[in-house]
Amino acid sequence: MAETGRLRAASIPGVVGSPVLWLRLVIIATVLAIWEAVAASGLLYRDVVPSLQAIAGAIVRLLSNPEYYWNLGVTAGEVGASLVIGGLSGLVVGLILGGSRLLTKAYEPYLYYLGPTPKIIFFPIMIMWFGVGTGSKVAMGAISCFFPIALSAAAGMRQIEPILIRVGRSFRANTWQMATKIYLPAMRHPIINGVRLGLGVAIIGTLLAETKLSNSGIGFLIIQAYSLFDMPRMYAMLIVVFVLAIGANAFVGWVGRLDRVKIR
Amino acid sequence: MTSTTTTVVRVAALTRFGPTALGVATLLLLLIAVEVLIRAGFINNYIVPTPIQVAAAFERIILDEGIGSRFLLTFTEAFTAGAMITMVGVLAGVLLYRFDLLRRATETWVAALASAPTVLMYPLFLVIFGRSAWTIIMMGFVAGLPPVILKTIEGLVTTRRVLVDVGRSFKLSRMQLFTKILLPAALPTIFVGVRLGLIFTLINVVGVEFLINFGGLGQLINDLAERYDLPGTYAAIFFVILVSVCFFVVIERLERWLRPVA
Repeated sequence: MAETGRLRAASIPGVVGSPVLWLRLVIIATVLAIWEAVAASGLLYRDVVPSLQAIAGAIVRLLSNPEYYWNLGVTAGEVGASLVIGGLSGLVVGLILGGSRLLTKAYEPYLYYLGPTPKIIFFPIMIMWFGVGTGSKVAMGAISCFFPIALSAAAGMRQIEPILIRVGRSFRANTWQMATKIYLPAMRHPIINGVRLGLGVAIIGTLLAETKLSNSGIGFLIIQAYSLFDMPRMYAMLIVVFVLAIGANAFVGWVGRLDRVKIR
Repeated sequence: MTSTTTTVVRVAALTRFGPTALGVATLLLLLIAVEVLIRAGFINNYIVPTPIQVAAAFERIILDEGIGSRFLLTFTEAFTAGAMITMVGVLAGVLLYRFDLLRRATETWVAALASAPTVLMYPLFLVIFGRSAWTIIMMGFVAGLPPVILKTIEGLVTTRRVLVDVGRSFKLSRMQLFTKILLPAALPTIFVGVRLGLIFTLINVVGVEFLINFGGLGQLINDLAERYDLPGTYAAIFFVILVSVCFFVVIERLERWLRPVA
């Protein structure tokens, strides 16, 4: 997911009793009341808008079902593996490209323009290369997160202050020492930002691949609920996935900010 | 022309076009290497077609698979969703800017929606809209809407105070202040949001076409893959990438063109 701007600090702090909090509660209550009214009216097809009670029940059943956690583990493993593979290869490519003006001009346009293309269309190829099992899902996640991480690493490499590099060289640091002592610490913020973006698209890539062809994972459960027309279960899974994805995204962002606070 | 001038011109041309030539040469070498490795049997031809087979498949997918009409269909879906995100997104952004309390209450939610994997809602949209173009359009709409709203708010909020004060000193009405000062000043930032939104929309339109096997270019890839037409699948994927890249280049140029005018 692309960066769409940071939230203003004013909207984040605790605002107990503030008009903002009250308005939020009113909006939530209104939306839920409208939802419940539509569900009870029967205006839409039955079960397309299930009652809040049915959705809450489905969430409880989902979270108390061990099978769900097993599938969640499968998806988390695939996303984790894809982040390691795509992230490390993106980091290496970004470091190499960012370190050379010639290589940046020669190859970065390809990354820049390939980055936002729809990756899911590569899935048939990934199935041919890595099979219908976990491998093709990991590959989809890896392809998805490679681009934002590589581009962030390359941009981060370019904005390292030259004085830091000169200090490293004056201490006669070798390539490994330069990478671990100078480059990576100096570009941790762009890298964390890249990982945050990469994590979001890796989750999407992996889950979409699971919805297309798989027999395990959260994506498989979502498409299974669709096939069985079990709408409360589908809503429950979407809600839980959204909360997990937004939470994971916020966690990586928090890690980045934590580091910034320590530096100060 | 003196020899020094000629050398300077050559060096300038090399500096300017050298990296591009290196990029293109690497790509060509890579394709040749793949061709050689497949022919030598190091890569299985039943899994990866040769670049020559892929190039030959282009004629087939253009003539037999109606890629032109499929492109038009995908374009129409993306354009409809794009028009919707622009209209609804800008309007919502203006409303949230106008009502500050509402903005402070909901901006976090819009940002959360921007980072949520909304494309996973496509089975839900399939139930609501059926297996039709509207499922694809609405998925594109939902995915592309948050950046337009956020950037519209950002553009309006960050309008320079002095510009607003100039408008007020001329005793402009609220509507005049908006149309003569705020909107023109916010336009470049709004366009950044529209560009981001259009990118998300296109990704989702093609992606959902592929996933639900309906519509234009995305469905073509799915069809060809299910027929085990590997050269055709690779050619169709290459075509979609080409279309996407052209689209990104065009809207990027459009944004640059708009910036100095605004």
